[in-house]
Amino acid sequence: MDSNYIENQEVENRPDNTAFTQQRLPAWQPILSAGIVIPLFVLVGLAFIGIGVALFVTSRNLHVLEMDYTGVEKTSPCFSCSDPIKQKNCKCSLSFELDKLFEGPVFFYYGLTNYFQNQRAYGVSKDYNQLSGDLDYFTFFFSIVPDSTCKPYRYDVNNKPIVPCGSLANSMFNDTFNLYQMKNGVKEEVPLDGKGISWWTDYNIKYRNPSVNPLRNAFNGTVKPLYWSKPAYELDPTDTANNGFINQDFLVWMRRSALPNFRKLYRRITDGLPAGNYSLEISYNYPVIAFDGKKKVAFSNVSWMGGKNEFLGIAYLVIGSLCLVMSVVMLIIYHWRNSSPDAN
Amino acid sequence: MPWMSPLARIRDALAGQRARDKDLRNLVSNLPYEGLDKWKQPNRHFRNNGIKTTKYSVLFFIPMNLFEQFHRLANLYFVGLAILNFVPVVQAFEPEVALIPICVILALTAIKDAWEDFRRYKSDKKLNRLPCFVYSSKEKCFVEKRWKDVRVGDFVKVESNDIVPADLLLLYTSDPNGVCHIETANLDGETNLKQRRAVPGVCITVSNTDILLIIHAVIRTGCLGFSHPDLVLKQHLGCTVRNTGYAVGFVVYAGHETKAMLNNNGPRYKRSRLERRLNIDVIFCILLLFTMCIIGSLGHVPLYLVPQTDGHLDTPSLSSFYKFFSMIILLQVLIPISLYVSIELVKIGQIYFITNDLDLYDEETDATIQCKALNITEDLGQIQYIFSDKTGTLTENKMVFRRCSIMGREYPHKENGMFLCGPKRALKMYIYKIKILMFTKSLPPNQQETEVILDQKLLRQIRGTEKIDAYQDFFLALAICNTVVVSMATAKRLRVSTAEFQQTNQSNPLDTLSSLVRRAGSWTRLRAPITSETSANDLTTQGQSVNQTGGQTCSLHVPPQGTAPAVPAGKLCYEAESPDEAALVHTAKAYGFVLMSRTPDSVTVQLPSGAQLRFEVLDTLSFDSNRKRMSVLVRHPISKQCILYTKGADYAIMELLETPYGEKQQKAIASDTQQHLDCYAKEGLRTLCIAKKVLCDGEYESWAVQRQHALAAMDNREQLIMDSAVQIETNLCLLGATGVEDRLQDSVPDTVMTLREAGIQVWVLTGDKPETAVNIGYACRLLEQDDLLYLDHFLLLSQVTCTSILDCGLEEVRRYSEDPRNVDTTPDISLVIDGRTLTMLMSPDLRDRFVDLARHCRSVLCCRVTPLQKSEVVKLIREKLKVMTLAVGDGANDVNMIQAADIGVGISGQEGMQAVMASDFAISRFKHLKKLLLVHGHWCYSRLANMIIYFFYKNAANVNLLFWYQFFCGFTANAMIDHWLMIFFNLLFTSVPPIMFGIMDKDVSAEMLLGLPELYRTGQGKGEYSFFTFWISMLDAFYQSLVAFFIPYFTYRGSDIDIYAFGTPLNTISLFTILLHLSIEIKAWTIVHVFIILGSVTLYFIVTLAYGVRYLNYSGYWTLQAQMVDPMFYLVCLISTVIALLPRYLFHVLKNSITCSPIVEARHLDTLEPSTRDQWIKEWRSFRGRVQDKTSDVSVPPSPSLESLDDDSIMDDEFALNVITANHHKKANS
Repeated sequence: MDSNYIENQEVENRPDNTAFTQQRLPAWQPILSAGIVIPLFVLVGLAFIGIGVALFVTSRNLHVLEMDYTGVEKTSPCFSCSDPIKQKNCKCSLSFELDKLFEGPVFFYYGLTNYFQNQRAYGVSKDYNQLSGDLDYFTFFFSIVPDSTCKPYRYDVNNKPIVPCGSLANSMFNDTFNLYQMKNGVKEEVPLDGKGISWWTDYNIKYRNPSVNPLRNAFNGTVKPLYWSKPAYELDPTDTANNGFINQDFLVWMRRSALPNFRKLYRRITDGLPAGNYSLEISYNYPVIAFDGKKKVAFSNVSWMGGKNEFLGIAYLVIGSLCLVMSVVMLIIYHWRNSSPDAN
Repeated sequence: MPWMSPLARIRDALAGQRARDKDLRNLVSNLPYEGLDKWKQPNRHFRNNGIKTTKYSVLFFIPMNLFEQFHRLANLYFVGLAILNFVPVVQAFEPEVALIPICVILALTAIKDAWEDFRRYKSDKKLNRLPCFVYSSKEKCFVEKRWKDVRVGDFVKVESNDIVPADLLLLYTSDPNGVCHIETANLDGETNLKQRRAVPGVCITVSNTDILLIIHAVIRTGCLGFSHPDLVLKQHLGCTVRNTGYAVGFVVYAGHETKAMLNNNGPRYKRSRLERRLNIDVIFCILLLFTMCIIGSLGHVPLYLVPQTDGHLDTPSLSSFYKFFSMIILLQVLIPISLYVSIELVKIGQIYFITNDLDLYDEETDATIQCKALNITEDLGQIQYIFSDKTGTLTENKMVFRRCSIMGREYPHKENGMFLCGPKRALKMYIYKIKILMFTKSLPPNQQETEVILDQKLLRQIRGTEKIDAYQDFFLALAICNTVVVSMATAKRLRVSTAEFQQTNQSNPLDTLSSLVRRAGSWTRLRAPITSETSANDLTTQGQSVNQTGGQTCSLHVPPQGTAPAVPAGKLCYEAESPDEAALVHTAKAYGFVLMSRTPDSVTVQLPSGAQLRFEVLDTLSFDSNRKRMSVLVRHPISKQCILYTKGADYAIMELLETPYGEKQQKAIASDTQQHLDCYAKEGLRTLCIAKKVLCDGEYESWAVQRQHALAAMDNREQLIMDSAVQIETNLCLLGATGVEDRLQDSVPDTVMTLREAGIQVWVLTGDKPETAVNIGYACRLLEQDDLLYLDHFLLLSQVTCTSILDCGLEEVRRYSEDPRNVDTTPDISLVIDGRTLTMLMSPDLRDRFVDLARHCRSVLCCRVTPLQKSEVVKLIREKLKVMTLAVGDGANDVNMIQAADIGVGISGQEGMQAVMASDFAISRFKHLKKLLLVHGHWCYSRLANMIIYFFYKNAANVNLLFWYQFFCGFTANAMIDHWLMIFFNLLFTSVPPIMFGIMDKDVSAEMLLGLPELYRTGQGKGEYSFFTFWISMLDAFYQSLVAFFIPYFTYRGSDIDIYAFGTPLNTISLFTILLHLSIEIKAWTIVHVFIILGSVTLYFIVTLAYGVRYLNYSGYWTLQAQMVDPMFYLVCLISTVIALLPRYLFHVLKNSITCSPIVEARHLDTLEPSTRDQWIKEWRSFRGRVQDKTSDVSVPPSPSLESLDDDSIMDDEFALNVITANHHKKANS
């Protein structure tokens, strides 16, 4: 018994002899050297060139027409409207000519430059609960609602809550456009499709109107954002379902752009734009000159890779070729090394 | 509790404070006060015996732990940032989100601390619950109580094999002499028993318990002779009472006031060199962060879209000022705070693997390596100098009797020597068998080491009639003149080896057995005629029996079966303070002079005849390092003569020999013995001289008086005692000398060679004399045969001579290295320095020269150095040369050195545990150092270095994305990635892979590292973690982040993409780049690597997708889902990742293809078949042998001890190497 005890004691401290504890797990030890990577480089190179060509060709087939309508220069048709303080409800029109067919669907964007929608303080300046239709956040409640991030666009001077509150909503883009095709001197309005231009999840899940009918009752005791001309429930007079927080233009605006020069989708032109002369009537409301911004409109057709962008195709082509070149260099190194006398 | 006025309470508390602080401790027995209120107890001021080593209590764990943690600067930084984030103007994150990292880090650390504390709590509880017996006046007997209930002033009974519960004043033991034996193995590993005596004069018997009541013992510690050594010390699971029925003691110190607890210091904290370098780079990171933040704040212009709350815009300068702090919050990850936590985790993993290595496990002692310092594993990979102790470190410190010289005649014990050098199995069995037949069946525990084959000639001499007294005296001296304690081996104390051995015995083949019986028979025949000591003066005939005074009968007839001694001598167990003593006592025993028992007053020795003599011990002059000898003064039981037996270093004895006029014989003996001693020393044996002196009674009486005075003296007691010893140790009569071998440990020469090949300078610092040390140096391949030995003789050199010698040496070294033929080689110079010379060399004006010379030497051997010098040498080299040092030792004398070096390694050997306690790593064999350094050290270093570099890179690469984005969001400290995901990115998605990389990566296999020690050099000096590698990886991080940002930027520029839709591909690219970057760096892929990398990617997608669904108010709601149905997302991710990683990939490919760094070569070899690889390693080694070889072809004959070592297969290999070297020489010469 005693010896049993001793034997047990002996193996007590002995480490386990397993592959893991002894660090002998079967291991693959790749050595990155010329011989091995040449085929890899050739493969990657060829694949990239293939992708690059596909991207480049696709991008080539896309058309973009972009026009500035800020009206900084005196020659610009919108020059007269560029001072929004003097000119309320100013309208101007922009004429342009398409020499070939823009195949549908054509996306109609408005664009802003030098516009930092991606600022932190600006971005957080909204009340999520308000926007999801929670009526509790439509009232003044001991400076707790609406969310304090909405400052200074939280209450008006009478301490009435602003709905929707915050800088983001307050600064909503409010130029409107009408596109006319000039057919034999006659203006023919091009139908613009404003449905489904925002994200499906934004429209259906994320933003909700309060379940009050009619909608305007929900906004009792609140005021519209300072810079808005119309309250939220009257954003689209043509379609009652397109009002409140689930107004498509509002949703597009609320999805903040990543970069200071951006486009936002305004409308879709399903049938495309045939070649010809067009006139774009703009109701010019949105001030940008104060911060050296520019306003643009853009027509573009899109493919599976989105709008026209040649950069990615070129990048793939360059890197693909580089890989091929590298594989040749590697081959040379490989040979030089194998044939050098003191290689072992 | 009765009411006490607050004033009384305060007075009482103050009195208690005074009582505790006083040197003089007045204690009163608790017995009269038993059962009274706590307030009436006389010893209430002293702490009870419960111990509490935990840091925290359950209730206050969180505040206390937080307080503890906030002492760390890094945590404060994090908290500061989190608080900053609550200030609205500088806010960069949602404030709650910013709290997550610090909370996670604090929580992780708290869990670790709580776990450690819980373990301490459990061990405390176990200890506090141990039972012990305390006398109770009510019950009139000892009642069982728990340890924590023992109080100062109690009377405690400790039974045999029980652990002493507190610091006790020993009052009574069951031993009639009032002696109690204690073992402190758990405390310092010393298995020898120590004696403690009951306080004289307090004579009580336990039956007469009333006396206990009467004693109101006033105990004065440190004043009236009851100094601490008289107390039986309790140690934390410390001493055990042995060999004593029971002991009764009075509790003087309890609980936390015990010496053991006071000596119990916490673990040491060392900071590794890598971490020191790391901190510099962290400062660079801080500078970088500040630069980036300044750029950010300067670039920031307040935008008019978002006025401040009250509608006005901040002035640009104020706004910039705020933005600076926002930027710091945003980019905080650049300072890798989580790195520290990760490093700790990595080190725990590394230590797990080190402690689990089977190669570092010693079967014999069932001990594996202990890592005491948890944070210097990587230093193991950077060692440049090793300072080693000799005895017990290079050697076994298991002394084996090799030779002796008695009365000028040498008895070489040839067979013994053979057995030592080549322990052939058969021979071993043979020896064991003799032993078994000679004595009884059970053997002393350390049988193997203490075995002695008897020299036939010497046996005949003992048997023979001539000079019988001298020979007997010699062995009697061996048996008596020591401090060995004899204990009866109990089954519990037997070591495993014995048990095993007995098993093998039973299955022994019959033929060997029969031969052994024959052999034993012949031996007993030889033994039979030996006369007993009792008849030493008048030679008696065989068969005569002598009546001893003690009434013992001794028969000179040894029964032929060999079980002659009536007393079971084999059951004796010797507990020696030094292995030398044990070896000598065992030798005496082998020759029939068996030390039977030792009490403070007497020594009983059994003679070969079986007779037992009880010598009265008059005095013991214990060993001290000044005298270098010890003596025992005994009264011979028959002749009643007063005899002084002295044993000591040869020079210490030789000076004291009597020089009787005309006695030429004595002189001849002395000179012969000296000759033998020189010869022994050359063989590397440890020598001792044995001498004797017969005193007449008058002489003794007068000396004894003086001795008593010395012992009783109050001042200068030590000196007086020593003087008295010196006084009597004169005119000695030389009996002989012994040579004891300290065998080299297993594979020591191979290990030393390998370490040297690994570019490590090995220094040996020993207290031994130069001859012995040099021979051991040759034997363990520290010194080579063609070395130029600068033997700084231990003459009294003047400083001037020293200077000139050093200059000469330096000159020679310089000449050597200037010689174009020796460009890449180090000169084969070894220094041998003795302690006194060393003192001179360490003087301020010489030390620079000395270090300079030592630097050029391949190895340095210092002999006769003191422990203090050892540590001074280590410090000198460490400070002057700025190198990484490792000190390895096993004894208390190495503790200084171990603590002075960057890494202290303790060898848990024969000499107790002091070295191990002081060390950072404790190993059981010197040879383990090889794998510990070459394999684990290299791995730990390269793993950690690469991990840290990667960590810096990872954080920079990730954070720079945010920085680049600032250029496009007006420097408003906004992020394009959701804050939660950013936090998750560091905490979840990319935290495990680097930790795994740091624990498990393997650049070169263990076999290659051991086969090619040169690979170790990569870690020395700056190694993989340098200024260069750090900045390269930082540049790479910048490049990669530029790619990861700008490829998507150019792709999505001008489009209608929203912030988080833009951030998603960036984050994904960053994840893939970071993980694939790691994949390029991983040198060996195992299933764990694959699992963790794939797991991280999967986790990223699962968490991000789930997050995108779950949180409606999250601005990035449904973003990844939307992106993942867009082919552009994949195309952007693919090309960005490829471009980002291309340079690093190419760099690695080119590095591996073009350069031939040793590591790369080794990795190529690793992919070969094991057999081909081994072949290659062999060729490489021989090739290297050729390169290293140079200089002389004068072949010094190998030292004698080298012969005795050629049984090793490793040695064969080394010889093969030498042959190649020699051949090459012929070619070179022709």
